[in-house]
Amino acid sequence: MKFGVVVFPGSNCDADAFHAIRDAVSQECEYIWHQDTDLSGFDAIILPGGFSYGDYLRTGALARFSPVMKSVQKFAEDGGLVIGICNGFQILLEAGLLPGAMLPNDVLEFRCQWVNLKVENNRTPFTCKYAPGEIVRVPIAHHEGNYYAEPHILDELERSGRIVFRYVDEAGVPSREANPNGAARNIAGIINERGNVLGMMPHPERCCDSLLGGEDGKRVFLSMIEWFASKRACGGAELSSGAVPGGSSTATSVAKDRS
Amino acid sequence: MRFRGTVTVALKEGIFDPQGEAVRSSLVSMGYNRVSRVRMGKDIVLTLEAKDSAEAHALLDDMARKLLANPVTEFYRVKVEEA
Repeated sequence: MKFGVVVFPGSNCDADAFHAIRDAVSQECEYIWHQDTDLSGFDAIILPGGFSYGDYLRTGALARFSPVMKSVQKFAEDGGLVIGICNGFQILLEAGLLPGAMLPNDVLEFRCQWVNLKVENNRTPFTCKYAPGEIVRVPIAHHEGNYYAEPHILDELERSGRIVFRYVDEAGVPSREANPNGAARNIAGIINERGNVLGMMPHPERCCDSLLGGEDGKRVFLSMIEWFASKRACGGAELSSGAVPGGSSTATSVAKDRS
Repeated sequence: MRFRGTVTVALKEGIFDPQGEAVRSSLVSMGYNRVSRVRMGKDIVLTLEAKDSAEAHALLDDMARKLLANPVTEFYRVKVEEA
């Protein structure tokens, strides 16, 4: 499986993502400069963390108009796997590939710490190697991770199983204390309606090796690899409707509200 | 004609503005205890060519919707003057 890591001016977790793919899960990986537009040959795209365009205007707002993003949009429309981590998540929101927006952390602090996440949905291409409801430890490092969407969109995300990760305490409770940034309903990661685009604020690529304090993040990438292999075994079948419980054609599309 | 456009962008009412709240709290601790609420925003000032002020306004409105403001969390206001 071949992964591509997009490099925007100001990305700074691109090397971490590259290392996780090549060394921790032993897959092919290449950098993609933000001005490149040819994504042929790639099976999954990673939008890494960092401060693309210096976070000017709004986080992710300028990166969203980089030439590569038109191709990423097309790649996602064609069913390719796209994962946006931290700043990558912010870019996916600005691009309208995922619903909602990011606000500054309600504590007005840059939060750099380990958090507990609950895997709310393990029937996705990004989480199929986790147990349902499993609690994992993953680091965060951001100033704008306060996920916001209107209540009816949050309800729709809940209903359709599209909240993939939530900030919880050690007992698995999504408490106010366990929420590091004020994110609505303790949301740490969401998936699009089709189930092939994931955005998450925590950094799975930073915990793929016990030397770095943990390896709970590794299974995000192992899940993608397993999902991709099973898709290939089925002759390139589309993501099954069961991949996102409730994410059926009856669910209202909320992913285009920035287009 | 040349115009000067000002696009004012700020968080929508009802969305917590932690920056504004931090500034309010500092003002109150300085003794300005008559301040009950602070909201922060930004002005984006542009110089542009347009055939008249209506066209300048329309262009700026388009830019605000597509890039300068995020309609999910922010509102914007456009002002146009002759430069």
